[in-house]
Amino acid sequence: MSTQDSDSIGIVSARRAHFDTPLSLKSGAVLDSYELVYETYGELNADRSNAVLICHALSGNHHVAGVYADNPKNTGWWNNMIGPGKPVDTRKFFVIGINNLGGCHGSTGPISINDKTGKRFGPDFPLVTTADWAKTYVRFADQFGIDCFAAVIGGSLGGMSAMQLALDAPERVRHAIVVAASARLTAQNIAFNDVARQAILTDPDFHDGDYYSHGTHPRRGLRLARMLGHITYLSDDSMASKFGRELRNGSLAFNYDVEFQIESYLHHQGDKFADLFDANTYLLMTKALDYFDPAQDYDGNLSAAFARAQADFLVLSFTSDWRFSPERSRDIVKALLDNKLNVSYAEIPSSYGHDSFLMQDDYYHQLIRAYMNNIAL
Amino acid sequence: MMTTEISRSALTLRPDFATIAAWIRPGSSVLDLGCGDGTLLHYLRDKLDIHGYGVEIDAHNILACMKNGINVIQNDLEAGLSEFEGESFDYVILSQTLQAMKNTEYIIREMLRVGKEGIVSFPNFGYWKNRIQVAGGHMPVSPTLPYQWYDTPNVHLCTLHDFEQLCQQHRVNILERRVMNNDKKVTFLPNLFGILAFYRFSHAA
Repeated sequence: MSTQDSDSIGIVSARRAHFDTPLSLKSGAVLDSYELVYETYGELNADRSNAVLICHALSGNHHVAGVYADNPKNTGWWNNMIGPGKPVDTRKFFVIGINNLGGCHGSTGPISINDKTGKRFGPDFPLVTTADWAKTYVRFADQFGIDCFAAVIGGSLGGMSAMQLALDAPERVRHAIVVAASARLTAQNIAFNDVARQAILTDPDFHDGDYYSHGTHPRRGLRLARMLGHITYLSDDSMASKFGRELRNGSLAFNYDVEFQIESYLHHQGDKFADLFDANTYLLMTKALDYFDPAQDYDGNLSAAFARAQADFLVLSFTSDWRFSPERSRDIVKALLDNKLNVSYAEIPSSYGHDSFLMQDDYYHQLIRAYMNNIAL
Repeated sequence: MMTTEISRSALTLRPDFATIAAWIRPGSSVLDLGCGDGTLLHYLRDKLDIHGYGVEIDAHNILACMKNGINVIQNDLEAGLSEFEGESFDYVILSQTLQAMKNTEYIIREMLRVGKEGIVSFPNFGYWKNRIQVAGGHMPVSPTLPYQWYDTPNVHLCTLHDFEQLCQQHRVNILERRVMNNDKKVTFLPNLFGILAFYRFSHAA
């Protein structure tokens, strides 16, 4: 079956949900109220059993599929996966994309106005974790009268958020699809995040996170952070085949201007990102990644941590992903097997590194399509 | 748990799968190594209410398992079963795959580490028609050995006697043997008249 024949969900619009019950965060801080911006695709069925939650990764948001009427070029970040006739079929499922708390695309976060001060939260916005997000997902589901998600799906940090929800609210998740994720970051992975954070924190325009009131933005730091991240999301092979040592102007210039095509590409990615993303949110999201470690409260025993899970799992990894390698997915699979939970695991051949989870790939999409087709409603 | 497309074909189960299924206790846990499209596990789940997982390395088979609603774990059997804890299954099945394994002894050890009992099936190289082809000067080609010598996945073919000798050497206790000629049970000179051999075994006490 070709995946090209399916249509996009088309025009979508974001909505806003308000929550007035104070939210106690893992850090000890309390948010008195907050808002989450979200999108939905498809129809919630009568017994509310067909809801699918999509959890986003580090720089993602609630705009998962479709386009906006006033900006038809702004396509959702997982539009190839979600839509009518697509692997996550919106004719069957009611799909929800939420911008995580702490995000910078409309949900309450560092750039939001703090009602207590009348100013932006900035550095005063508390650090949030996947466990805090799991609480917000449950409250969100409550508002919709959804007792149990048919599936929770995410890649990378989104996969970790999906796992966290399956652990913290086991009775609310029937299936979890965890793609290119890890049960905890490795030291190397935390190290990459730290360099990214240092780039932002040491930018003179950062002003201890209060750059909004100084009318600046730590653009250089954010740009560097993104460039570094981007390198780790690709594979050596994909960079070699896409750019190699190709020069932009055909010959060496013997200066520090952009010479190699890879430099040009990275600068472009960094520039684009620095214009669109908030530095405080970037810092916060990398910390959420670093803190994710469900085994921590169980003496490092991941199997013990997963004892409370009830969902069926599909775990997927990509051969060329070195940031969240297949071995890390196998750790998750082992913990699920030890608890005799239903789980399937596949390692998808791909040359695109960690970013593979966002790419159009027939085998990858067929696996998710087959799994989703078998979810009884 | 899931609706599937192979339930009809599972009613007329392959005779070799039916032989294995007859050994499985209802409600038990089963690990099927080299599970193919998951037909056997699907049957065991629907008819005997077992909880199981398949292990596969081939992408097409993994997708087929996914379509059939079977738990499948991608893994290379040659590398062992490190994802699985000791004694975590009642049965570990290796159906018509033993002869294609490089690490024959290792996988049998692994089966008995992970499972309380092991079940293997393999084509009997001692079957008289195979012997005739060898006596005639050629490697055998038959419905159960459908490959030319230069293009076969089978690297460790054996006879019933050979397998039983291996079991003895490795302190593997054979609990039950079934030898089949298509859908007929063979009891007379099984090493000569049997086409497929089935063994259920455990650790020698």
